[in-house]
Amino acid sequence: MRYILKKVLSMVLTLIVVSLCVFLAFSLIPGDPVTRMFGTEATPELIAQYREKMGFNDPLLVRYFRWFTSFLQGDMGTSYDYKVPVAGMLAEKIPITLTLAVMSFVIMVIISIPLGIYTAKYENGIIDHIISVINQIIMAIPPFFSGILLTFFFGVILKIFTPGGFVSYTKDLHGFLKYLILPAFAIALPKAAMATKLLRGSVIEEAGKDYTRTAYSRGNTTNAVLYLHVLKNAMIPVITFMGMALADMVAGSIVIEQVFGIPGVSRILLSSINNRDYPVVEAIIMGIAIMVLVINLLVDIIYRIIDPRIEVEE
Amino acid sequence: MGNVILDVTDLHIEFHDHDRPETVVEDFDLMLEEGEIVGIVGESGSGKSMSALAIAGLLKRHALTKKGRIMFDGTDLLTCDRKTLRSYQGDEISMIFQEPMTSLNPVKKIGWQVEESLRIHHKDLDKKERKRRAIEMLTAVGLGDLERPYERYPHELSGGQRQRVMIAAAMIGEPRILIADEPTTALDVTIQAQIVELLRKMNREKGTAIIFISHDLSLIRQICKRVIVMQKGNIVETGSVEEIFKNPQMSYTRKLIAAIPQIDLGDDDLKG
Amino acid sequence: MKKFFSLFKKNKATGERNTFLLLGAIITGLMLLMVIVGLFYTPYNPTKMDASAKLQGISLKHIMGTDNMGRDVFSRVMYGSRITVAIATFTIIIGAGIGTIIGALTGYFGGIADEITMRIIDAMLAFPSILLSLVFVSLFGTGTYQVAIALGISFIPSFARIVRGEFLRCKNMDYVEVARLQGVSDIRIIFVHILPNTVGVLLSSVMIGFNNAVLAEAGLSFLGIGAQPPHASLGKMLSDAQGYLFNRPSYVISIGVVIVLMVLGFSFLGEGIKRIK
Repeated sequence: MRYILKKVLSMVLTLIVVSLCVFLAFSLIPGDPVTRMFGTEATPELIAQYREKMGFNDPLLVRYFRWFTSFLQGDMGTSYDYKVPVAGMLAEKIPITLTLAVMSFVIMVIISIPLGIYTAKYENGIIDHIISVINQIIMAIPPFFSGILLTFFFGVILKIFTPGGFVSYTKDLHGFLKYLILPAFAIALPKAAMATKLLRGSVIEEAGKDYTRTAYSRGNTTNAVLYLHVLKNAMIPVITFMGMALADMVAGSIVIEQVFGIPGVSRILLSSINNRDYPVVEAIIMGIAIMVLVINLLVDIIYRIIDPRIEVEE
Repeated sequence: MGNVILDVTDLHIEFHDHDRPETVVEDFDLMLEEGEIVGIVGESGSGKSMSALAIAGLLKRHALTKKGRIMFDGTDLLTCDRKTLRSYQGDEISMIFQEPMTSLNPVKKIGWQVEESLRIHHKDLDKKERKRRAIEMLTAVGLGDLERPYERYPHELSGGQRQRVMIAAAMIGEPRILIADEPTTALDVTIQAQIVELLRKMNREKGTAIIFISHDLSLIRQICKRVIVMQKGNIVETGSVEEIFKNPQMSYTRKLIAAIPQIDLGDDDLKG
Repeated sequence: MKKFFSLFKKNKATGERNTFLLLGAIITGLMLLMVIVGLFYTPYNPTKMDASAKLQGISLKHIMGTDNMGRDVFSRVMYGSRITVAIATFTIIIGAGIGTIIGALTGYFGGIADEITMRIIDAMLAFPSILLSLVFVSLFGTGTYQVAIALGISFIPSFARIVRGEFLRCKNMDYVEVARLQGVSDIRIIFVHILPNTVGVLLSSVMIGFNNAVLAEAGLSFLGIGAQPPHASLGKMLSDAQGYLFNRPSYVISIGVVIVLMVLGFSFLGEGIKRIK
């Protein structure tokens, strides 16, 4: 319990550091936000009036505090370009991006765990060699290109996938999920390759440790040693990786959404980066940052459950 | 003379990791009687651990040939199928190892590990009964004072305590043979004596025969009646401990005796 | 030199060939050759349009076909690889350069500055690299040079962390103590005595980093916020080509394959080097 409390505290601390960095970075870049907001219509009086009204004349730390607290309450500011609350702009998009990331994660887990165990069990077998080469190739294919290849294969050759045929989850949940399968694979494949490689190495390393000999001496079968003894130990580094992979997948969805024409957070983020619509960019970055921190916290908690040694090492 | 329960003849072990095959054990013979404690002594690399692993059915390296016979219960453990071998492992023949720090699974509870042999070999026992026996066994090895030993993890225990856990796990199935491969080498001297005493108690109370492997003749002298001296894969001398101490035939044995710190020599109390 | 070539031959003792090293060397060699030759010669002018030769397939005349404006794709790939390699190299120079200095100083001196720097670096490393790059791109604006700088900065933390670890390992070693006793200055110890000993680790991180830089640049360009015209990098070309996947698959796939080969060559090399020992 103390462990979790400590981790939560450290997460809050990191969140404050990150938010401060984000806020400062976007406050200190050249260009006056109010001028930016009004564009060519800006008059000095209007600007001065708005600066005062929106609190831009307050000290930096006061502004940070106001921004951060209102962010936590769900008020993410107003878009320069669309003049609407950012929260509203994102509300519909976030579930799409999150669904895609979670699907990719599930696919990665489903592929990599059995494959990692199998290749470790039959180390240096023919299948192990084949998979190791395939892994190496997959790791070199960037997700946006594997997305194109998957579209080509399933869309052009097999004709079982319609690119651009995205339907929103509000209209057709089934169709929505079905459309996301291919993009999710594109995101998941390189991560699955890495996770397979990592798990394989980890299982092989653990299998060489003394406690497996003890397990054999009690009459365990190879499978029992593998699944009851080795696997839990071998999963420890893999879990760290998978946590990082999940965070990466949230961010990686941004690129893949472009490839598959999925109207998730990606489009808004890119257009606001191009148009320097900073409140939107800030909000999305903070959103992803919070997600990353929560994922890290979850990984730490899972860690604690799996590895009883953690508390002592702290 | 009691019943012979283990009869090893002409055991040969060869490794093929390198260009030339390397013989690690040659012409190894061992006869073990019910309830007896036999010592195997030798320097590191003398083949004593390899012989022990062979008897326990734990030689798993690919590049390896084994010859000879290891007869237990009318079965040759060297040639029998894996399933038969497994049915003996942990139930009739148990083993404890040199490194108590690494020989326990770090992420599993002590209780789970102690009762593992029961779970594998005695499927008729229910969970409650297994736990009852595990706790009984943990008490028998002297961990009864520990707070909830069943729920503990290995890293919470000291080296000596972990070796006690290993002994509890090895003895829970009441095996006929316990192979102890340098069980005290990694421990402090005072703990060493406690572990040796515990092994002797197990031998006395449960009638388990013990093969006690060590490089330390003084330890062998404390616990064994009969000893086998090994050097470079061969048995160079065998006989009663008293005999060998009084009248060592080989210079190698004399060297091993000379290696014992002087305080131990002639300290008859320790012989018990 | 003989020793160098023997690395690619079958190992007599184990009968195994270091396939990864061999393949990696061949692929990387070909890629480098393409970039270098592209500096002086391309089969066609990469920017010359030809309305009569739009979206042609693979042929002897155009080994990767032509694009939607009738430009020779292979010539454009040669040109684009140069941009990609240039940005990746620039990224690594910034990332590894500044990262090494930060890592060396914090690792060697430790103290409160080290604590704070590492806190920040850990926080940065916790975030997906593409997100980090996006943050910097949105700060600096889009454009070829801005992207190279943004990528370079987002690569600093990982290098700093690695180098710091090496310095922590080395700073109490005997040769450092000896140098210190002889009155060698800290700066000299850092850069002349310890740094050369981290080259091995640094080199393998540079290889991995280069790959990540190529991928990151391609990703950003693909999103339209990487290299800007007239600098057409491979990622930008790929995203342009994506729209023609149905009419002329060979166009987009050949560009993608070049990106993959570039990354694959380096990752094979890295894997091969790991297996030399």
